Amino acid sequence: MTAYKPSPNLSPPIASVGVLGWLRKNLFSSVFNTILTFFSLYLLYLLIPPIVQWGLINADWVGESREACSSGGACWVFVNVRFSQFIYGFYPSEAYWRVNLAFILLALLVIALLIDHFPKKHWIGIFTLVGYPIIAFYLLYGGAFGLEVVETYQWGGLMLTLVLAVIGIVLSLPIGILLALGRRADNMPIVKSLCIVFIEFWRGVPLITVLFMASVMLPLFLAEGVNFDKLLRALIGIVLFESAYMAEVVRGGLQAIPKGQYEAAESLGLGYWQSTLLIILPQALKLVIPGIVNTFIALFKDTTLVLIIGLFDLLAVVQSAFADPEWLGYAVEGYVFVAVIYWLFCFSMSRYSQRLEEKLHTGHKRN
Amino acid sequence: MTTHVQEKLTPTKPPFWHDPRMRAILFQVIVLAGVIAFFVYIIGNTLHNLEQRGISTGFDFLFNEAGFGIIQTLIEYNETSTYGHTFMVGLLNTLLVSALGILFATMLGFTIGIARLSQNWLIAKLAAAYIEIFRNIPLLLQIFFWYFAVLRALPHPRQSWALNDLVFLNLRGLYLPAPVFGQQFWLVGIALGVALGLSLILKRWAKYRLDKTGQTFPVFSVALALLFGLPFLTFLAIGSPLSWDFPALKGFNFRGGIAVIPELTALLIALSIYTAAFIAEIVRSGIQSVNYGQTEAAYALGLRKNKTLRLVIIPQAMRVIIPPLTSQYLNLTKNSSLATAIGYPDLVAVFAGTTLNQTGQAVEVVAMTMAVYLTISLLISLLMNWYNRKVILVER
Repeated sequence: MTAYKPSPNLSPPIASVGVLGWLRKNLFSSVFNTILTFFSLYLLYLLIPPIVQWGLINADWVGESREACSSGGACWVFVNVRFSQFIYGFYPSEAYWRVNLAFILLALLVIALLIDHFPKKHWIGIFTLVGYPIIAFYLLYGGAFGLEVVETYQWGGLMLTLVLAVIGIVLSLPIGILLALGRRADNMPIVKSLCIVFIEFWRGVPLITVLFMASVMLPLFLAEGVNFDKLLRALIGIVLFESAYMAEVVRGGLQAIPKGQYEAAESLGLGYWQSTLLIILPQALKLVIPGIVNTFIALFKDTTLVLIIGLFDLLAVVQSAFADPEWLGYAVEGYVFVAVIYWLFCFSMSRYSQRLEEKLHTGHKRN
Repeated sequence: MTTHVQEKLTPTKPPFWHDPRMRAILFQVIVLAGVIAFFVYIIGNTLHNLEQRGISTGFDFLFNEAGFGIIQTLIEYNETSTYGHTFMVGLLNTLLVSALGILFATMLGFTIGIARLSQNWLIAKLAAAYIEIFRNIPLLLQIFFWYFAVLRALPHPRQSWALNDLVFLNLRGLYLPAPVFGQQFWLVGIALGVALGLSLILKRWAKYRLDKTGQTFPVFSVALALLFGLPFLTFLAIGSPLSWDFPALKGFNFRGGIAVIPELTALLIALSIYTAAFIAEIVRSGIQSVNYGQTEAAYALGLRKNKTLRLVIIPQAMRVIIPPLTSQYLNLTKNSSLATAIGYPDLVAVFAGTTLNQTGQAVEVVAMTMAVYLTISLLISLLMNWYNRKVILVER
């Protein structure tokens, strides 16, 4: 009696595994898909080689003036020469270290906050929110510790963009949380309706009109002799506008907290602020972190609008740089430079929010 | 003894600041007083400042002569028109660019969103790249790019890019042939109306028959044939009363046809491309939100792939898609105010810009501008709430 010996498995058909299998499955699975594949390849062929040719191969990188740009491709010399202006605006060059220091400090703090299980994290958080703004103010504006005052009209470029974005983000979040709580306060109808009116009003109008209002109407609102500087006025507009959006995001989180959590907090004898701060908000904010980051991204992109009321943010500085007769005709290079900077910031933020979403997504997941 | 215990048990009234209801009332009174004080302060200051600067108040300026021209007007307008006219021209231009932008952004966005879910790896990746690139670049930058870097680099009118001598593109704008309607053309419109009515009746009848007998009727194709065929036959029957006005180079510029100014083109391209990236993501997440079990159930019932899509997936996906889609439409309308940065004469540019500078009546002008956008927002959200109530999932 011979023992049963299974014959070896047949290897899968050559066209269904490996590179060939992948190609067949993903690119040529049907006639229509094949046509689409060739169409996309043709599109890529039309787009990629000319862009690489223009931006990298035929480009000029170093030089002093437009004479250095003779290869017919992109003239990165323009960006190179104006680089410090794009970054710092009209900030006095001997004080660049102050801007650098302020933003390096911010970057270190943010990195420390983003790393999981970083020691003493909440102290760093408190320092970032309370101590850092004071340090940054004196570093950037000066006026104390022997630092010379740099008036805000000298601020510009990427530095101004970051100042607007960071202050906007830091201020709009707490205001937004308060507004969201107010909108959910059913036992206080007056506060509730005030919050609703505030939120819906700012969400219903475009940011430009808000900035117009901040720049032409705010001076009328104030008592005679009181005058805000332009940057502060723009900031007020941005914060009012973004806090309304933030409020709606936070409200989404508050609504997602089950009623049992409120009741449990109450039955433990916690008062309103205790239960809100210790039970509700930590859960609600965690739920809406992706939404908050998305609002940050929108705010970051929206800061470009300040150029309409005459502030020189990154886009405005670049825009004015190629109006210079010396560099006429290099608009594309300037725009590409600005686009890449914005893209890097926004894309990394959105990737971070996606990662968080996955990390915080502890429920059921089905595909 | 007993009386003593009784005395101890009588509930003591807590001080009023420990009573949540009293506290709520107190807090609201304080907030309200604060808000009122704030407004009183602001209004007082504003009135004082306006008087100091000699700026008149009220809406009388709307009847004054504006004295400036506008490069694109949908209604009769010239330098002698009033500021009220300026307002209307700006409003119509805003509505024009928003409506066209919504149309193009929807078409592009749905295409990209579906491409993002394609089985074809290359197409899906290309769509993803499109979304990630255009979503993360500020809109204003994109508008500037199209206007200053692309459209400004177009040739002069004499070297226009031409398509079959019908469509011309140059530095001054895009020139398209304009239809000239003949005398009896209104009959075609009537025919279209009749076809629309017939289609609606057909739809109800088909539904009725489906409920009664279970037989389906190809409503969509028949209605489509009706909608195109009836007006076209009418058009032929009354002797084709339609001619075209072609743009032609006369002197230094083109005359005739429809001229689309480059500001409008740039704004439209940028708004459509930018918003389409967001719409694509909405469409993708909407389709993905429909549980895969629904597809399996539909297959188990014997529905084919396209019927599954049309009858099962899309109706459920639309419920998820429509609310964020409307808010994107709203965003597009609000973003169209960036027109002012490149000089497209929208509401913000001609009214909150030029009119404000000329009259100095900041409060009235900004208030009117904001009121327009607020009205549009409120109208759309009312519509939205109505739709939401209609499609809300009826759960057990």
